[in-house]
Order: sequence, then C-alpha cells, then structure tokens
Amino acid sequence: MMRLPWFEFHSPRSISEAAKILAAEGPQAMLIAGGTDLLPNMKRRHQTPATLVSLRQIEALKKAANGSGVTLGAAFTLNEIVANAAVREQYAGLWQAAAQVATVHLRNMGTLGGNLCLDTRCNYYNQNYEWRKAIDFCLKKDGEICWVATASKRCVAASSTDTAPALMSLGATARLVSTQGERDVALADLYKNDGIDYLTRRPDEILTEVKLPAPEGWRSSYWKLRRRGAFDFPVLGVAAAVRTASDGTVEDARIALGAVSSRPFLTKGGELLIGKKLSDDAIAEAGAKVASAAKPMDNTDLDLYWRKAVAAEFVGYALREIRGDDMSATRVRIARHAL
Amino acid sequence: MTKRFDVIGKPRRRVDGRAKVTGLTRFADDVVLPRMLHCKLLRSPHPHATIESIDVSRAQARPGVHLVLTGKDFPVTFGILPVTQDEYPLAPERVRYVGDPVAAVVARDEQTAFEALGFIEVEYRPLKTISDPEEALATPEPRIHSYGEQGNIHRLQAFEFGDVNEALAKADHVFEDVFFYQGNTHLPIEQHASVAAVDGEGKLTLWSSTQVPHYIHRALANALQIPPAHVRVIACPNGGGFGGKCDLHNHEIVVSKAAILLGRPVKICLTREEVFYMHRGRHPVLMKMRTGVTKDGKITGMHTQTLLDGGAYGGYGAASTFYTGVLQTVAYHIPRYKFDACRIFTNKPPCGPKRGHGTPQPRFGQEVQLDKIAEKLEIDPAELRLSIVAKPDSLTANWLKIGTIGLAECIRKVVASSDWKNRFRKLPEGRGVGLACGAYLCGAGLPIYWNKMPQSGVQLLIDRSGQVTVFCGATEIGQGSDDVLAAIVAEVLGVDPYDVRCVTGDTGLTPVDLGSYSSRVTVMMGNAAIQAAELLRDLIARAAAEHMETVPENVGFALGRVFRADDPGKLMSFREAIVLAEEKFGTLGSVGSYSPPRSPGRYKGAGVGPSPAYSYTACVVEAEVDRKTGWITVPKVWIAHDIGRAVNPVSARGQVEGSVYMGLGEALMEEQVFRRLPPKLSNALVHKIPSLLEYKSLTSLDMPEVFTELVEDPDPNCPFGAKEVGQGPLLPVMPAVANAVYDAIGVRIDELPITPDKVLAALEKKAKGETPRVGPESFPDVPYPEPMLVPPPWEGGDGNSVNTPRRRPLKKEALA
Repeated sequence: MMRLPWFEFHSPRSISEAAKILAAEGPQAMLIAGGTDLLPNMKRRHQTPATLVSLRQIEALKKAANGSGVTLGAAFTLNEIVANAAVREQYAGLWQAAAQVATVHLRNMGTLGGNLCLDTRCNYYNQNYEWRKAIDFCLKKDGEICWVATASKRCVAASSTDTAPALMSLGATARLVSTQGERDVALADLYKNDGIDYLTRRPDEILTEVKLPAPEGWRSSYWKLRRRGAFDFPVLGVAAAVRTASDGTVEDARIALGAVSSRPFLTKGGELLIGKKLSDDAIAEAGAKVASAAKPMDNTDLDLYWRKAVAAEFVGYALREIRGDDMSATRVRIARHAL
Repeated sequence: MTKRFDVIGKPRRRVDGRAKVTGLTRFADDVVLPRMLHCKLLRSPHPHATIESIDVSRAQARPGVHLVLTGKDFPVTFGILPVTQDEYPLAPERVRYVGDPVAAVVARDEQTAFEALGFIEVEYRPLKTISDPEEALATPEPRIHSYGEQGNIHRLQAFEFGDVNEALAKADHVFEDVFFYQGNTHLPIEQHASVAAVDGEGKLTLWSSTQVPHYIHRALANALQIPPAHVRVIACPNGGGFGGKCDLHNHEIVVSKAAILLGRPVKICLTREEVFYMHRGRHPVLMKMRTGVTKDGKITGMHTQTLLDGGAYGGYGAASTFYTGVLQTVAYHIPRYKFDACRIFTNKPPCGPKRGHGTPQPRFGQEVQLDKIAEKLEIDPAELRLSIVAKPDSLTANWLKIGTIGLAECIRKVVASSDWKNRFRKLPEGRGVGLACGAYLCGAGLPIYWNKMPQSGVQLLIDRSGQVTVFCGATEIGQGSDDVLAAIVAEVLGVDPYDVRCVTGDTGLTPVDLGSYSSRVTVMMGNAAIQAAELLRDLIARAAAEHMETVPENVGFALGRVFRADDPGKLMSFREAIVLAEEKFGTLGSVGSYSPPRSPGRYKGAGVGPSPAYSYTACVVEAEVDRKTGWITVPKVWIAHDIGRAVNPVSARGQVEGSVYMGLGEALMEEQVFRRLPPKLSNALVHKIPSLLEYKSLTSLDMPEVFTELVEDPDPNCPFGAKEVGQGPLLPVMPAVANAVYDAIGVRIDELPITPDKVLAALEKKAKGETPRVGPESFPDVPYPEPMLVPPPWEGGDGNSVNTPRRRPLKKEALA
C-alpha cells in the first residue's frame, strides 16, 4: 500500500494551544481535522507537512450555539451536522450538502471545517507521485505547466467542497483565530479563484466556527452533480436560498455554485429573482444567468461541456424545490437515494 | 434426472462463507512469514523509451535495503501463451507503457523499499508514443515489438464459413453498423499480492493471488530456469479475479527470484494504481457488422470485423482476438459467417481476458443491431430472437457443437416477468425497456498449451475417522468453486457438504486443474469429482453390502448414512461403512479426471470456441432518461440464465447479480482511458484515472433491483447437468441498456459506456433533424488477410478448410 511520509504529530486541547503551535511551526505545519482528504493526499506526496496539528481533542470546536441564527463548531463531523436538528429544520441546503459528502464512513471522520478548507482537485494533480512524474508534474505541485490549460499562468484546479456553496447561499460567516487575534469573514471572502492559493486563511489561522444568520423567511436547497450516489466529489454544486414575502414574491435570493471554478462563488442569478415570483420563466432566466458563470474545466469526472450544459437545469431543481414542488423523484434519480 | 438430490439444488450457505464474512479467509497479503522482506517495483514514467542506463548503487547502499534487481537479472522472456513470450519481469532495454517495471528493491519493510526506489537512476531515450490502433496502423515504425504480423499489428485472423457476400446479396435487407466498446478493467477488491519463500532444500513456494496456479507453476519454472519439481504454487483464495489474475505476473517472478537469491521470504502487494497498470482487462474494440436478413427476420449471413487495442504486450491477446468472433454463432442460427479480427500493439497497459473474454464487445454489437433489425422489420425484438434461436444438438457454421440451449425459455421468462408486451414501445417518453441475450462457454475446449492430458483432476481421501478430504487444483476466486466441489462430493457420498474438507489450488498437493478461467471449473472439476467420488462410493457400497447381506447396487447413501435401499431401516453411519471398507480394501483413496469431448472442427483455428456446453442468458433492462440532461437511471433489471442446473442456487443467483452489477458498470460508466498530453509539449500517455475513486463503477446505491430467474435444463455433458454462471449473465446487460435507452428516448448510443453527455448530444442531433446517434462513424482500412475458407456443415463441409490462405496479410496503403 502507499505509505505516509514521516511527520510530527500534535494534539492540543485548546484553540489557543493549537494557535501557538501553528505560530511556532510556521507554514511547514498543517492542521488535520478529520484527515479523510489530507491523509490520502500525503500518501501521494501532495502535502508533506513536517508537523500535523490535530483539532480532534479541542472540545471548544465541537460546540453549537442557538441564538439569532446558529453557530457550528468547525470540528463537528459531517454526520454530526447531518444529525443536528436545527440544521435539518432551518438550513435545508446545508443539511443536503453535508448529507451528500463522500460516504457515510467518511462523513464519520470528515469535519465541517475540513470540508470548507478542502484542497482543490484536478485529475492531473490527484494522482500519486509516479503518475505525476510521468507528466513531468503540473503547476499546482512540483511542475511548471497547467496541463488543463497549457497557456494558463494560474492553476485551475476545482474547488470541491459541498458545504461552502450551501453556507454562502445562507449568508454564513466563518471565524478565523490565530495568536494575533480573531476575525470573522463572509464565506465568500474565505476563497480565492486560484487553484493553489485558494483560501484567504493565513497558515497560522484556525477556522474555528461557522455562524449562520437567523433563518426567518428563508428556504434553501442544495443539488449536487456527481456520477454516483456515494464517494464522488461534486462536479457541480448548486446552492440556493430564497426569502419570500407571504404572497410568494422573492425579497432576497442567493445562488452559489461549487466545483465549476477554483472557488465556490455567489452568482448574480439570485438578484434576478428579487421582486418576482418563482415562476417557471423566472427560474429559467435565473438558471441561464447562473449557468453562464459556470466555467468547468476538463479536469474532473464527466464531460466539461455537458457539465456546463446541465447547470441551468440543476439551478431549476434547487429553485423548484424551494418553491415547494415535489422534487423527490428527481432527487432520487440524481442523488441515487432519498434525502 | 428424476433422482432426488440432498445437496445439489438446495440453497445453502457456501462452505467457505463464514470465513469470508468474518474476515478469517487468508488472502495472499495475509501471508506473513518469519524473516520476511518486502518488495517494491520501480516503473517506467515513459510510455515508450529505450533504457540507456540504470544505476542502482545509491539505492543498494540505503539502510535496510537487501537487494536491488534490474532487467539484467532476468534474461528469459515469459508470456502466458506459448506463442507470445514477449514480456520481461523487469524491462532490460525497452519500456512500452507508463508502469512497465524496470527495477525492484527488496528491503526490510515496504516504506524502506519505496523510499529506495527514489535513489535508482534510470536514463531513458524516449521513442515515438503510439496511443491508439489508428495511430498504430499509420505508424509501422518504430515497432513496439519486433514480432507480430507487420508494423504494430500483433495478430490478424480471417475465417469465412460459406460465401457471405452471396448470402448478403440474397438477403431482403443488409444492415451495416459500426460499434465501439471502450476498454475497462476487472477492479477486483483484492489487489494482487505474492509471497515467495524457499525451504531449507532450496525449493521454492509462491503464495499468490492467482486464478491459474498450474499455468503459473509451468511458466514460473521456465522464467526462472529451475525444475518444475522444485516449484510449488499456492493460489490463495482471491478477493475477486474476473480474469485479471490469469497471467503470470512480472511481480510473481521478481519476488520468487529475490527469495531464491536472499534465502528469505519476500512479499509484494500492488497498490491500486499498480493494479491498473497490470490490467489485462477488456480490450477496446471497434467493430463493424454486416448482417443480411430476410423480411421475416431470419439471418442469411453475417460478417463481423473487429479491431482490438491490445496495449503493450501479447498476454492472452491472441485468444482474445479469436473470441471477438467465434462465439457470435452459438446464440442464433447464422447459416453463413465471416469473421476478420486484428489486434494492435499500443503504448498502454496490456489488455487480456476479462469476464466474457473478448465476447461482450461483439455481443453488444450483435444485440444492438438485432434491435435495429427488429424495428426496421416491425417485429417485436423478443419474437425476432425467439424465431432465430439456434437449435439444440446442432452444429454452428463455424463447427461449434451446441448441446442444450435454454435461450428461448430465458427469453420467455424475462418477457413475462418484465411485462415486456405491455411496456416495450408503450412506456411514456423518457422511460423504456430493452432486451438482449448472450451465450458463453462452459470451459474452453483446449488448454493454453498443447497436451492430451486431463484438464481437471480430483483426488479423494477418506479414512476411518469419517473425514472426507478432496484435493483439486481448482482455485477459489470468490466464485464459489470450493462450494461446488464440496457439494458434488457430498451429493455422491451422501454426506454433509460442511463435513467435506477442500484442499484446492496448490500445485504441491493437488492434482492439476487448469484454473479458474473460461467458466470451466464447475463442468470440468465437477465431472472429475463425480468420477472420483463414485469410485469410492462403489468400494464403500461393496463393503457395506457384505455387512448388510445385500448386493452393492442395493446400497444407498444419504444424510451421512449408508443403508439398504430396499429396507432403509437397515442402516449404518457413513463412518461405520468406511471402517468396513478400510478393513476390506485397505487405505481408501480415489482419483477422477476430466477431458472435454473432441470438437468437430478440423481447420486451423478451430480450437478456440469449442466447449462441453454453452450457457445462455436473456435480460430486460428498464431505463429512465432525462430529456434535458441525458441523465440515465436504471430502476430495474430482469434476467434469466440457462444454468443447466444450479448446484447452489444462492451462489448461482449471486453470480448472476454480480454480472448485472459489472454489466451496468461497463454499460454506464467504466472506462480504462488514457491521457495523451499535447505532443508538442510532451510524450506522455498516462492512465487517466488509476484510482478506485475516479475509475467509476457502481456503488450499492447505484444498483437497481434485480429479478433473477434460473432456467434449469440439465446438460448431459455437465455434472448433474450444471452449466456455468460466472460469465455468461454479464453479456446481455450492456446491449439491453443501450436498447432500453433507445426505447426511452429514441436515440442510439452505439458505443460504451453510455454516458449522459453522449445521450444529450444524440438528443440535440435529433432535435436538429440529424441521425439521432452517437457512435463511431467509420471503420478504418485494416489489412485483413485472405480468409480461411471452411464450408459450414450444411454445405458439404467436413470441418476442414478448403484453401491454404497466404500467411502474409494483404498490404494496404496505410502500411506502405
């Protein structure tokens, strides 16, 4: 089997202790919060941190708070998020996103914070060292050329987090803590459109919690495109959240896309809906607008032109579900199981 | 066959089931020996290159490294077929695909061996990369191998059974279609592992994940140039084989050599990436089929042409090439048949036998074409097939002997269970059903090396303790061969199958059986087991008869008792009967062996295709296709398999359902595909997705409901009438999916896998008024040779050819 490289391992009990270790070790240290993605990556020598700082023993990262909205500790496993009644009842989009990450086994280990900070993916990159040597490596790791777009100076590896687009559509913020202090950033501001340097989080910062605003009047939905009913990362994620007046007129709406860029991002599709009712026409118009922002590349599963071609349809699934249509049969066909 | 059975046909837990589900089965990677060392292979990063130099000195000097081997340590070539000895355990001067091994490190642990690989310095001189058959046909130089037909053509075959052009000219309609079946791999969950050790006398034992210990035994002794009597190969239970563990593998030779040189056990376990490089899986096949039919749907003749992308080595490829043609004739009556095949070398991991070996590709083409024929002739596809099913006890145009054939019954069963008549062409837009059939061997008629010895041997040992031990070289690869062996012996001797000990797959202890391939084990091992068990039963009956004062013919065996058939109250335990027999005859043992009947074909090439029996399957698949996205869902599959008789219906159904699982994977998503980087920037040609995550096959969530029926029409050539079930049920699944997609939305996807982007592209063509089809547009100019002409049995033939074709293929411009 493939073996891990050697590394030092720390398992601090508090956020401040973890922050101190990170500050002392510098960029050669990495956080591990589940490890379902990091450890396979280390076996393939994508990351070879000298030190791993585990967040598993830090109880403060596993706290949920209800007030005006919900605060979720970053070290909750994805299955703990799925089991959280407040999430299920009030933030359907996040619940649907978390419930579709990887497999039930991986969700038992993988965490919310880990999913938000997930390394970008590319099938020229997610290969073992020998494979990458056979293509003389690539821009993202050890090489000079982006083989997806050979003229590109920027790495185009795809953001593959499911929970981030859902949280973006819900208007969430993330808290980053270091020895220098703490700051809250809107989810959209956590990401950069660069497959290598894809987070605005500094190496000494720890993502400690996610805060969701109060859900009053909002309904949300997340639709994930992947080949199979389990395991696969998204090749398209559509997250929508809509707040409607009592007569059904849209007062506010956000539609975010995942997996079609190096970052998850909010589109302008949501704005198109404001002041309208969720009619078939309005949904189609928003779908077309959102789909025009999808820029899939030939670096994941499934044909890229097809992935772009179906984006509008997936936006429609999300908005129709929010409208109250019974989408359960479509959901079973796409997700391969009921959600 | 009115006899009541006590074991055969009863649904049972399999005899090795508890060990498997509790994790106690000892696979090759579970073998741990004292002082064992670990091996890793350094593999080529180039698809095609010469090796200029290798410097292992720095690796050799690493702490914990015991041995570094390179190509110069292995002067002898090997290959599983005697005609294709084209592989080296470690490449001495030429690498032919990314992943071809060039050096091996043996060290105290896997990590040390892996790290030492990085200290081996290899200088390569890249050669032109040849990435697919069309490029290979246009690029005779450089040759990937110096042998073969010409240029980069490995094999050419051409046969004609009756004048096909005349048959097509006389047909009311001639259908011509080009299909493509993408390559895919076996995906056994157990990665290949091997442990080699020498005993104090210098004799070698190899524990390995192999389906064919006997073939490995022969080939390994030859590769190492040591006497076969000093080699013992133990096939550990395999965690799935599917054909991927049928070759002698380079790593098996490497660890054996290392164990001999070091005098210590050496283990290797391949990573998943390495399993993708070992491959030997389904050939990508481009095929063209011309079929003539009368207006009522009778086939007048068929011409099949195939072009196989073989990858970098021969392996079983010569046989695979034959199999893309020879079994087209055993399902339906085809009065005249012509078959041209060509296998190409390319710089990719070698292809070989995967479940169905060479036959799923043309079966896909034939069954989809039949669907098109039925539509054109306005005949229900089930009725069309029923009207052309081959006859029992008949010969085919290419001189294969068909015995029992339950295909019509299979079709009737799936038509009834799927409510076909009310659903075909009658479901709402976006939903459809498709039907297809298949046929397969119950064991290849000939072994891979020429000999007249039995193809399976069984030895039985019984003693006064009442124990029954059965020895056979057959190999448990998860398919249930030990269960079949125990069941057959238990049935004959009237004992509990769970009391029978199976010792299998060990060339040092067990009689030769050729291995678990070509669906041969139940038929060949089963017949040998019956023979051995009946010999012993007769001895026991004679001793017991004396004691019970009757004649041996009046002695019955059942439920662990031996009794007077005319007076069942007079009985003794099986153990008591053995004591009597041992007193009378001395130590008890027996052997049985099996050789298949001789095939009537006499022409050169007639050896591929014959089998003691053929199994048949029919399948209906339901598909739902979304018009806006092309997304495909398969909610249900109905399948009926002609098994002759199910030895253990639980296992048999499991094999059928496993075939549906694998078939849906091949139909919908699996593909062994490669990335050619822009040639201006790179020579690289790499496996696109060598991982279990990105090589997509179905998960349990993607698996539909499967309704399985077994058709039991016992075949006289088979043990208790039992035919194969391991491979045949795969065959109809892929074309049934394609036909269901057509029924759902009216588009033809004439290539596998059928993915939503292809469906959407075809729907867009349909919307524009173009031919609603996605698939290969043309078939290249292949220099097939002049065919061997063999008149079919009904045209006065005697099974011989009537010409001697020129050995040289016809030169075509592409090769000038």
